[in-house]
Amino acid sequence: MGCITHRLYGSFLDNNLWQSVRHTAIFWQLVAVAVIVAGGMWLFGNILDNLANRGIASGFSFLKSTAGFGISTSLIDFTEASSIGRAFWVGLLNTLMVSAISVVLATILGFAVGIARFSNNWLLARLAMGFVETLRNIPLLLQIFFWYFAVLRSLPGPRQSYDIAGLAYLNYRGFYIPKLEFFDGSGWSVVGIVILAVAAFCLRRHRVVPRISVVLAVLILVFLLVSASVSVPALKGFNFTGGSVLSPEFVALVIALSSYTAAFIAEIVRAGIQSVPRGQIEAADALALSAKDRMRFVVIPQALRVIVPLLTNQYLNLTKNSSLAAAIAFPDLVSVFAGTALNITGQAIEIIGITMAVYLTISLLIAFAMNAFNRSTAMRGLSTG
Amino acid sequence: MSEPVIKVEQVHKWFGSHQALAGVDLTVNAGERIVVCGPSGSGKSTLVRCMNGLETIDSGAITINQIDLSGGLTAIEQVRKSVGMVFQQFNLFPHLTVEENLCLAPTRSLGLSAYAAKERALKYLERVHIPEQAAKFPLQLSGGQQQRVAIARALCMEPKIMLFDEPTSALDPEMIKEVVDVIAELAEDGMTLVCVTHEMGLARAMADRIVFLDEGLVVEEAPPSAFFNAPKSDRTKQFLCKIL
Amino acid sequence: MSWVRENLFSSWGNTLTSCFIGFVLAWALVPFVDWAVISADWGGSKRTDCNSGGACWVYVIQRFDQFMYGFYPVSERWRVDVVGILLVVALTLFFWPRVSARLALLCWALALFFCWFLLTGGVLALPYVETRLWGGMMLTVVLTVGGLVLAFPVAILLALGRRSSLPLVRISCTAFIELWRGVPLITVLFMASVMLPLFLPDGAGVDKLLRALIGVSLFAGAYLAEVIRGGLQAILRGQYEAAAALGLGYWKTMTYVIMPQALRHVIPGLLNTIIALFKDTTLVLIIGMFDFLGIIQASLNDQEWLGLAAEGYVFAALIYWSICYSLSRLSIKVEQHSGVHRV
Ligand SMILES: Nc1ncnc2c1ncn2[C@@H]1O[C@H](COP(=O)(O)OP(=O)(O)OP(=O)(O)O)[C@@H](O)[C@H]1O
Ligand SMILES: [Mg+2]
Repeated sequence: MGCITHRLYGSFLDNNLWQSVRHTAIFWQLVAVAVIVAGGMWLFGNILDNLANRGIASGFSFLKSTAGFGISTSLIDFTEASSIGRAFWVGLLNTLMVSAISVVLATILGFAVGIARFSNNWLLARLAMGFVETLRNIPLLLQIFFWYFAVLRSLPGPRQSYDIAGLAYLNYRGFYIPKLEFFDGSGWSVVGIVILAVAAFCLRRHRVVPRISVVLAVLILVFLLVSASVSVPALKGFNFTGGSVLSPEFVALVIALSSYTAAFIAEIVRAGIQSVPRGQIEAADALALSAKDRMRFVVIPQALRVIVPLLTNQYLNLTKNSSLAAAIAFPDLVSVFAGTALNITGQAIEIIGITMAVYLTISLLIAFAMNAFNRSTAMRGLSTG
Repeated sequence: MSEPVIKVEQVHKWFGSHQALAGVDLTVNAGERIVVCGPSGSGKSTLVRCMNGLETIDSGAITINQIDLSGGLTAIEQVRKSVGMVFQQFNLFPHLTVEENLCLAPTRSLGLSAYAAKERALKYLERVHIPEQAAKFPLQLSGGQQQRVAIARALCMEPKIMLFDEPTSALDPEMIKEVVDVIAELAEDGMTLVCVTHEMGLARAMADRIVFLDEGLVVEEAPPSAFFNAPKSDRTKQFLCKIL
Repeated sequence: MSWVRENLFSSWGNTLTSCFIGFVLAWALVPFVDWAVISADWGGSKRTDCNSGGACWVYVIQRFDQFMYGFYPVSERWRVDVVGILLVVALTLFFWPRVSARLALLCWALALFFCWFLLTGGVLALPYVETRLWGGMMLTVVLTVGGLVLAFPVAILLALGRRSSLPLVRISCTAFIELWRGVPLITVLFMASVMLPLFLPDGAGVDKLLRALIGVSLFAGAYLAEVIRGGLQAILRGQYEAAAALGLGYWKTMTYVIMPQALRHVIPGLLNTIIALFKDTTLVLIIGMFDFLGIIQASLNDQEWLGLAAEGYVFAALIYWSICYSLSRLSIKVEQHSGVHRV
């Protein structure tokens, strides 16, 4: 707006005045810079004084010092003797893991609920609406507490676990699930499986060999059979052995994050579907497409154009919201680094600075990736020329 | 005379408190070419949309190829497979290429293989004279080309009957002719056609019979020569005065 | 009857879905209603009065005052009530068509000062009440309203700055907005509670509530700025040209022509931000403050009332839900009423 007013001045007033307007502009910018610099210096001075008074060290050498605390869930090796820098990585990886899993679940659930709102089954449509209206009007933190304290921590002990088909068990210590264990030296077959999976994904719509993905899936299965075994958890004494365990904190966080975000995604999906013109649906009907095909080939691809940019925001929110892990002591970045490590070292400025920088970077990366995806797919066929 | 393929009997249709069709009777024989005309809001679109189940009727009966349209979803789906429809606004799928637009329904609702569908698509694109546009997206085409793609898309289902709802109304004048020509060619090939249009040139050229609709009722039915030269009802005369 | 057939049992798949959902609902809802209403305990005053196996609402009833006022001294709680009534009156002022926006704003500013003095006290005959004692729903409302009021002016300046033609101003405003929008609120609160004391001259201790308020308003300010920017973008270019033709300068154009229109456009977005902020204030419990959720969470650890997590959370959810849901309905109403439809 400023831009427009200035241009207007330029067009209707004589050159001298235009010059003076430009000078005023420069003057105000200089004032702004001066204020920012002066404020910054004042704050910086205060910080130095305060740090000196309190005897807090500054700099990043604390990252190399010994942590002295343990972490319950970690994707990489971590002991009390590891460094604080390593604790940072543990926290970051946990944040990324929780976010990635929740993003996938929230997307699936959100699309399902959003589409269900258009079901011709009245009960299903109402249920979907109830889901959305309930979840998005209750604070996420409350939902996390509910799942963690009222549900998962109130489950019975290992001996009275809920048994899910003899494969998985649920009790207050966590969710025990079967695990794939690769035999020693089967690294190559893992590589093979990954390659096959990628190939299956890329070729899933292949026209010449339509069933190629089925063949590849069978191959993957064969590879798995020769190189790995499944370890199922089993009750031994007072606890389970075998399989792997998802901690209650992790499960509560994933359930709460993905269902909360799914409610918002469902609304976005609904808006996207509603944005598809009526004529498109009529054309699909006139071509005798079934309701399912109509949704899949006509409505959803066009709705995505509206959905994808808004979805980016939800993914960003989810990632930021995963920091609520701190409230139930799941060791995510905020909990481990901005919580425990900060308490131990007292180096608030460095630690909070790093934490914020990490989230900013993640935000920028997600925004960037989604923009690229958006440009490559959703705009297909929608530009003229 | 051959057997009727479309039978509309005493059809009533209400939109809330507004009556769009007030007891329409119409019989169309195989190979016949019908043009439906009438003033705006007289229920022309509603009538053709009822013929492939895009609108449900409130009373009366519509039978297409001996299938009663009130027979639930399966009946409607069966009818739609043998009835093609072309809309005023084309309604092409903007996210699919021309070829994909044409192949979608044959593969998904007729169960054709991808290869067979593609062959068929090319055949009908040639029939509407734009085989070279197969790889383009609809929004990259002119209005006339888009409407011809829409016609080809309907033809790809190899329907017995084609319904047109003002196929030329959204087109610039210089594009009308190319679409009219394509429709006239279809008419010559003996396809059963029902066409809502204000294009009296098209009506004269292709119609076996013109049906004049007003306020949801068939006011007059006559071959073009009789319709234009010796209209019986006053309302038809008024209408013709206005548009000719 | 035909409605039921059409909407629930129109086909095999449909019937199956209906039956399945009906079954699951019955399986989940019947025990819940039984627990929450039919076999719940309502009367009594102690944990031992809850013995029917249903929900123990006795606990919520006994604790209700604390959930609302926190540790605010019992004899002074009327002050909170007065503030509450004032807020509601001030809120309706905005939706009163006869009152000019300028007057409404003035009333708001005065009311807020008055509220702050009434709540803290220490003047006239009112005893001083430390902010440490504030808690429960009262604290939640103070954080939401206070955060919003502090954020609003900042947001307007940021929004204008982000659309400014002066590159330095534009870049710094954009960076400032994106910084707060890119990080989680919890880190902002950590920053406010841990780092803020380091930024200020030694000895200038800042009250914990005030620190949280600063954090909340920086965060909310960035989001509000984006909402307001959306409103500014909706204003047609002709308005600027008309104002310039009348010889109005930048600030006059903004104050009298652009902002009043833009703000009307953003009311639905504003209400959505308020809802989000209201839910987000729960995060202050992580930095050790007792807002509505915080105080319920804390009371769950009370030795005399153990094992009542479900009751506490259901009650909290009910309150939060009713408030957020009403606000979201209001937002939809306003949107329909003003005919402003945004994607
Ligand atoms: N979906 C609908 N809801 C409500 N009223 C409708 C709807 N569709 C059509 N109508 C009404 O039914 C009447 C007949 O509409 P129809 O579209 O069949 O007219 P038409 O003869 O095709 O007119 P035109 O030449 O303008 O296309 C009109 O008065 C119209 O307003
Ligand atoms: Mg029409």
